[in-house]
This record gives sequence, structure tokens and C-alpha cells, in this order.
Amino acid sequence: MRRAAAILLLAVLATGLALALEAVPFGRAKTDVANHYIRKGVEETGATNLVTSVVVCYRGLDTLGEVTILFIASLGVGVLLFGRPRHGGRGREEASAIVATGARVLFPLILLFGIYVFLHGHLTPGGGFQGGAVLASAFLLLYLARPAQTVSRATLGAAEALGGLVFVGVGVLGLIAAGYFLNNFLPKGQPNLLLSAGVIPVIYVAIGVKVGSELVRIIGDLVETE
Amino acid sequence: MYYAGAVALLLVGFYMVLVKANLIKIMLGISFLDTGTHVLLVAIGYVRGGTAPILSESLRQSAEAGGSVTVVDPVPQALVLTAIVIGVGVLALGLSIIVQLYRHYGTLDGRQIRGLKW
Repeated sequence: MRRAAAILLLAVLATGLALALEAVPFGRAKTDVANHYIRKGVEETGATNLVTSVVVCYRGLDTLGEVTILFIASLGVGVLLFGRPRHGGRGREEASAIVATGARVLFPLILLFGIYVFLHGHLTPGGGFQGGAVLASAFLLLYLARPAQTVSRATLGAAEALGGLVFVGVGVLGLIAAGYFLNNFLPKGQPNLLLSAGVIPVIYVAIGVKVGSELVRIIGDLVETE
Repeated sequence: MYYAGAVALLLVGFYMVLVKANLIKIMLGISFLDTGTHVLLVAIGYVRGGTAPILSESLRQSAEAGGSVTVVDPVPQALVLTAIVIGVGVLALGLSIIVQLYRHYGTLDGRQIRGLKW
């Protein structure tokens, strides 16, 4: 009964979506907003990665809201799973020798790659969120290899808070220096250099550290409580 | 055809949320809805023959040498970047709620958790 009603509803939904998407031609030319960003993006923001210039510079306030959402999610997970910490490794089998040795070798390399991804966010594909996720995956590998692993809460909390404060602080500095919040007030430099694009590298480093430590905290909460 | 794949993901996600009784499957359905939306957004922003919107040195040289270079729309990609991270946050929070529900009620079946008097 419920299944039949659900399939009927899905059929109606599918026809509605198909009719709506008939009117959107696939692969058409870009909108005016996108044309403006593509033509003027490099000279107005200094970043050659246009997606970065949209995320951090043109739509920077949305990114601030999104960082807040991630902070609230991490806070919620910490509050909900506030319980007895699991006494290390009980009921969980040891990882094999390949996983344990491989994790020891790969952990610094993955960290290095994550730092590279969010440091070069304005030049190559990537950025703060992607680099933070790669950092968190290095710690996830560590949790898989050693069942009794714990990561210090104080360090993670400090890193997360510092990242958020740097982001908002740079925004307020932009307000003081040039008139509106999150203004790109540092010199833009020459495109395709590492030290270019104004405050975009600074903001992305802050976001990378914040997202990485937040995701490690979420994983740690899910793994370490029983 | 990319639209069809995205709509298929959306429909699978809706089916799982509507029909399944296991709470974790419902959470997976929500994750399918997220993924379908992201694919749909990025597919709408595609431009035929366009390349990634990163104006690197090689792209600039080929633009100056001859011919025009088209890049795809960067705005939907920026929106989806944010949305993926939000999806991760929603998944983590939902799963921790499910863990607490299991601790309290001892079952993962949505039909047997009757705290609300409906």
C-alpha cells in the first residue's frame, strides 16, 4: 500500500522533472553573470581559478555561512555523542600488518598533499574545503590502522577556533581598510604566482585548517564513544 | 543524458526515504538526494566544448595563439562545492542522532520507535 503510493508519487515527480528539464537546453552558452566572472575574474580578484574567485571573493558571505553550518554540525555531533569514552580498542580487532605499516608511511604524505591542495587553491583545482577533507582522510586512515588511537581534543578545538577567527578577522580588516566586509584589500600581485590574489590564500588556509580539524573531530566523536 | 542520471538519483533517494523502515537506509536516501542535486546543478552549468574554469598559463597561451577557448560555467561548481560539505555535515549529524536512538530504544526500525503519540 505504502509502496504503491510511493511509486505513484515518484511517477508524478519524474514527469514533472522531465517536463521542467526539457526547457533547459544542455550545453548552452553561459549566463551574463558567468560571462562577467570569466572575463573580469582574473583582473578583479587576481585568482586564476575562477571557482575560487567565486567562492571566496564574489560570494564570500555565502562561504562564511557555510563554514558556520559545518561548525554547528560538528557541535551537534559532539553534544549528541557525549558519553563514556570507549576504553581503547575493546571489541575491535587489530588491523593487519599491511594496513598498519602503510598508514605509518602514508600519513605524512597525505597531510602534505592536503596542505598543498588548500595552499594552491587560487591556482589549481582545489581549495580550502577539498584540502581540509584530504587532511581528515589522513586521520581516518590512522583510526583504521590503530584501534586505540585518540587525537587530542584541545589541539583540534584550538585549530578549529583559530581558523574561524582568522576568516572573520580578515573580513573585519577588509571592512576597516576598504569599506565593506570581506573586501580583497591586499595587493593582487601577478596572476599565477603563489603570493597573489590578495586575501584569497589567507582565507583558504584558514578554511582548510578549520574544515580539516572539524572533520577529524566528527570522525573522532563517532569512533571514540561507545 | 546527464539530466536523466541526476533525476534517477533523485528518484532513488525519494523512494528510499518514503518506503524504507530502517533508519540508516532513510539517512542513505537523504544522501542520495544530495548527490542527485549536485549532479543536476553541475550538469546544467555545462557548456559544449568547454574546459575547466581555471585560466592557467597553458590555457592563456592557446587562447593567444589561435582560436577561442570556452570554459564551463564556474558558478554552479562553486555552489556545489559548498553543498557537498553541507551534505557531509547533515550525514554526520543524522548518523549521530541514529546512534543515540539505537542506544535509547534498542532498535533501528522506524515503525517501532513511537515516542510521539501520533
